[in-house]
Amino acid sequence: MDNQATYNYKVVRQFAVMTVVWGIVGMLVGVIIAAQLVWPELNLHETLGYGRLRPLHTNAVIFAFGGCALFATSYYVVQRTCHTPLFAPGLAAFTFWGWQAVIVLAAATLPLGITTSKEYAELEWPIDILITLVWVSYAVVFFGTIVKRKVPHIYVANWFYGGFILTVALLHLVNSCEIPVTLTKSYSCYAGVQDAMVQWWYGHNAVGFFLTAGFLGMMYYFVPKQAGRPVYSYRLSVVHFWALIFTYMWAGPHHLHYTALPDWTQSVGMLFSLILLAPSWGGMINGIMTLSGAWHKLRDDPILKFLITSLSFYGMSTFEGPMMSIKTVNALSHYTDWTVGHVHSGALGWVAFISIGSIYYLIPRLFGKEQMHSVKLMTAHFWIATIGVVLYIASMWIAGVMQGLMWRATNPDGTLTYAFVESVKATYPYWTIRMIGGLMFLTGMLIMAWNVWRTVAGQKPYDAPVLAPAGHHA
Amino acid sequence: MEILYLLIPLSVLLVFLIGALFWWSLKSGQYDDLEGPGYRVLMDDDRPRADKQPRKTVEARNRP
Repeated sequence: MDNQATYNYKVVRQFAVMTVVWGIVGMLVGVIIAAQLVWPELNLHETLGYGRLRPLHTNAVIFAFGGCALFATSYYVVQRTCHTPLFAPGLAAFTFWGWQAVIVLAAATLPLGITTSKEYAELEWPIDILITLVWVSYAVVFFGTIVKRKVPHIYVANWFYGGFILTVALLHLVNSCEIPVTLTKSYSCYAGVQDAMVQWWYGHNAVGFFLTAGFLGMMYYFVPKQAGRPVYSYRLSVVHFWALIFTYMWAGPHHLHYTALPDWTQSVGMLFSLILLAPSWGGMINGIMTLSGAWHKLRDDPILKFLITSLSFYGMSTFEGPMMSIKTVNALSHYTDWTVGHVHSGALGWVAFISIGSIYYLIPRLFGKEQMHSVKLMTAHFWIATIGVVLYIASMWIAGVMQGLMWRATNPDGTLTYAFVESVKATYPYWTIRMIGGLMFLTGMLIMAWNVWRTVAGQKPYDAPVLAPAGHHA
Repeated sequence: MEILYLLIPLSVLLVFLIGALFWWSLKSGQYDDLEGPGYRVLMDDDRPRADKQPRKTVEARNRP
């Protein structure tokens, strides 16, 4: 037998390190645009103005930071749980270099104003084609590895990753349907409200599958591993998966309440959003309860702190989301900073925290070390990031509700009490607090980068031997 | 809202696809054991053994 066979850690290592790098870049751009709202003079040049940098920020944090975290963890989890190295290692290497090329192209084109102007799908058609090629390769590598697995059962984390990969492929293909005019300009296949509907069918499912299902796969592997305990209820995790997959697709219309979208479509969107609370909270409770009987581990393990706190934020934002999708609530919250706060409670609190925890788990293992260089720095990172998120979302809640109330206030004679600009003026203090929160979160990432550097420097890359599956008594 | 003629059939198709996958996972025995898989993930020791092995190789290299 070939006892020197090792798992393909190389591609995992590459994606894991780039997660930290792109995290810093994406969040730095976030802090810059937050500062531009406080000090508009910082819009120095058209390429560096708020309007150009904002899509760069969303693309960098979602697809560069989040994407690299998903690639790294899914490649790690699928190999370890299937007890076999990655299928088609050449293709896996292509997904790394291809994805980095997509990111670099995004960073080059968006500041130049080359955009389709579709939210979270701003990249122009040549980049869309490259994304498709990378994504198909990703699917081949991932499902190929599942097919050649050495165990009969497919672990639940792989179901979540698989669902995410397939759905994102479908969403990208339908939403990015466009007619090229020149190399850098295309027009959407859809027009008017049709386009809006496709856009938010894509947009919300990107949240649901890219930013939720994939990261739930992460949760179902790294929480049990780090806690050293099996997931609270494996049965519930399977129910969680199927319930989420069957019900997620139609939440999108809640982004288009009180628009030209037919009323019944808005109501359907609201209904499906409300239904989603059930599987989301089932999964959240399942993850957190994995620690039941071992709560003491939370006291001195910063990785578990990150993972468990991420689940609390997941629970919080999946309660807030359905609530905001109720039309009467949405009448107040829509277009205000409350939405921005909600997104970041999910993006920073859930997505970034679970990724950071998982990367802290992975880095030492990928470089043949027992632990990160400094546990204290991980703990410091946890606290500074947590305070940052709380400052961010609390200030946006207050700002959002205030804006909503100011916009709808009327005088006895029916005229508006406040001009729009008065609500802008009233929001300045909260934008400042938000910027400080973001700055704290970025500082946490810089601490992480230092810690990762000290862990990795001088260390030889490590590839673990493929282990035979244990305990087959079924 | 002609777009619904695309999106709804697409969703229905997807639901059937998911349904088929669910049916396959049931029939192929994926859920015969709903306790073991949770434990089996933990039985896979992924802590690096490098601590022992490379150190040995380094020592071996330094040996005259």
